[in-house]
Amino acid sequence: MGTLDKGHGRLWLWLDERIGLAGLEKLAKKKEVPVHRHTVWYYLGGMTLFLFLVQVATGILLLFYYRPSAEEAYESVQFLMAEVEFGWLIRSIHSWAANLMIFTIFLHLFSVLLLKAYRPPREVTWLSGIALMAIAMGFGFTGYLLPWNELAYFATKVGTEITGVVPGIGPFLRRLLRGGDEVTGATLTRFYGIHVAVLPAVAALLLGLHLFLVQKHGMSVPPAVERRAGIRGTMPFFPNFLLRDLVGWLSALAALAALAAYLPAELGQKADPFASAPVGIKPEWYFMFMFQTLKYLPARILGIEGEIVGVLGFGVGGLFLLLIPFLDRRTARGEPSRLFTGIGIALILYMVALTYLGYTASATR
Amino acid sequence: MAEAVRHSGETRRGFLNWFLGTSAGAFLLSVLYPVGRYLIPPAVGESAAGTVTLPIKPEDVKPNTGQIFKFGNRPGILVRTPAGELRAFSAVCTHLNCTVQYRPDLSHIWCACHNGHFDLTGRNIAGPPPRPLDAFVVNARGNQIVVSKGA
Ligand code: FES
Repeated sequence: MGTLDKGHGRLWLWLDERIGLAGLEKLAKKKEVPVHRHTVWYYLGGMTLFLFLVQVATGILLLFYYRPSAEEAYESVQFLMAEVEFGWLIRSIHSWAANLMIFTIFLHLFSVLLLKAYRPPREVTWLSGIALMAIAMGFGFTGYLLPWNELAYFATKVGTEITGVVPGIGPFLRRLLRGGDEVTGATLTRFYGIHVAVLPAVAALLLGLHLFLVQKHGMSVPPAVERRAGIRGTMPFFPNFLLRDLVGWLSALAALAALAAYLPAELGQKADPFASAPVGIKPEWYFMFMFQTLKYLPARILGIEGEIVGVLGFGVGGLFLLLIPFLDRRTARGEPSRLFTGIGIALILYMVALTYLGYTASATR
Repeated sequence: MAEAVRHSGETRRGFLNWFLGTSAGAFLLSVLYPVGRYLIPPAVGESAAGTVTLPIKPEDVKPNTGQIFKFGNRPGILVRTPAGELRAFSAVCTHLNCTVQYRPDLSHIWCACHNGHFDLTGRNIAGPPPRPLDAFVVNARGNQIVVSKGA
């Protein structure tokens, strides 16, 4: 046994010869996590990853009972919730983990934005991150329709109608999304395909790229910390930081289990295309700030329909967000950039304020 | 001689690159075009129905109420005004296509999605809807209600 490395057994050696574990071990040991007063923000990416894995696992489980058609979707979810053992738990976890994941994505995004972690050479990491956020929202939007209940039906109607507002190609996009002129069973199967096949494939590719880049460039040190020489040293990623990460994962799991157990996902009424939109119809909370903005826009702004202005505004805003690493020249040079810090804070305040209004402003006045 | 060899070598490489590029492009197009067309749903014939007879009796529609009916594959709304008149409109909100409803407490038509209000002639009077609701013609013949698209 003298030939074996200390701490590594035969299996490890066998695998190492075949797939090169030693190289991976080196890569893992190479990574150092800088320790400073903003280190806590480094946990959010890992937590998002954990929640994504939960989504993959519970999503696959849901596929075993779900039936993607307008006639059967609602009933199959009802069956799952009422008859299948722990069906309610799997579905509730899927729905809560989705919400928590979008929440951690937002936190991750804003921490990266405020700590300027998008600075060179991490532009591509930022771009892939924004794309992943868009995909997560796409998951949310397409998944929301699948139980085929009243709220989902009208939310999808409004959501897809909004794409129809885009000048020029809007009506074409709307038809492409809906699989026809109206939201019908064809829309349901389309969203299902997007939700369980298209988005997961794209997400896996982008996630691979994103994680590879994070590994390649290491953790970004906020320029402000760097300037003030605020680093208190480093911590090896493996195993020290990873173990702390795991504590984060476990707390996320605990929160998830508690939410799913005490506030299980609801099903509501089956969608009826010939019923009035229900009072209090709302999108998922992460679309609320946009929904509320559209509500406040008047019917016409300078002769253009209000929602066209709104939708174009969101498009421009999204593009701006995407291009921040290229626009923020001061951060790229390592100088303080008050302007982009201000933009980040303004964005957070805007989203929080409109979301708050969305839930408190009276729906009927 | 050496010149000529290099030259022909370059043209050959150029030709091969051009050839490869073109075939790759043609291959991509021949894949993308059918897939693109496949994704666009075929047009289904709009139901041409210009007139529907409702399965409701006129006397069953009380004043200051409204109800949804099917007009082809879209919803319509039938309203009896507080004054007792029957009116019908498309129930598709002109804002973002939600289905509107009658609000007896306000005595007018209302859209729950973004709080759009329409008066009893279908005019958009408050909220985001940019246009009035399409009005239909209502005829109460005996104990039948017939709704048709306006002339
Ligand atoms: S869809 Fe009716 S007010 Fe927006």
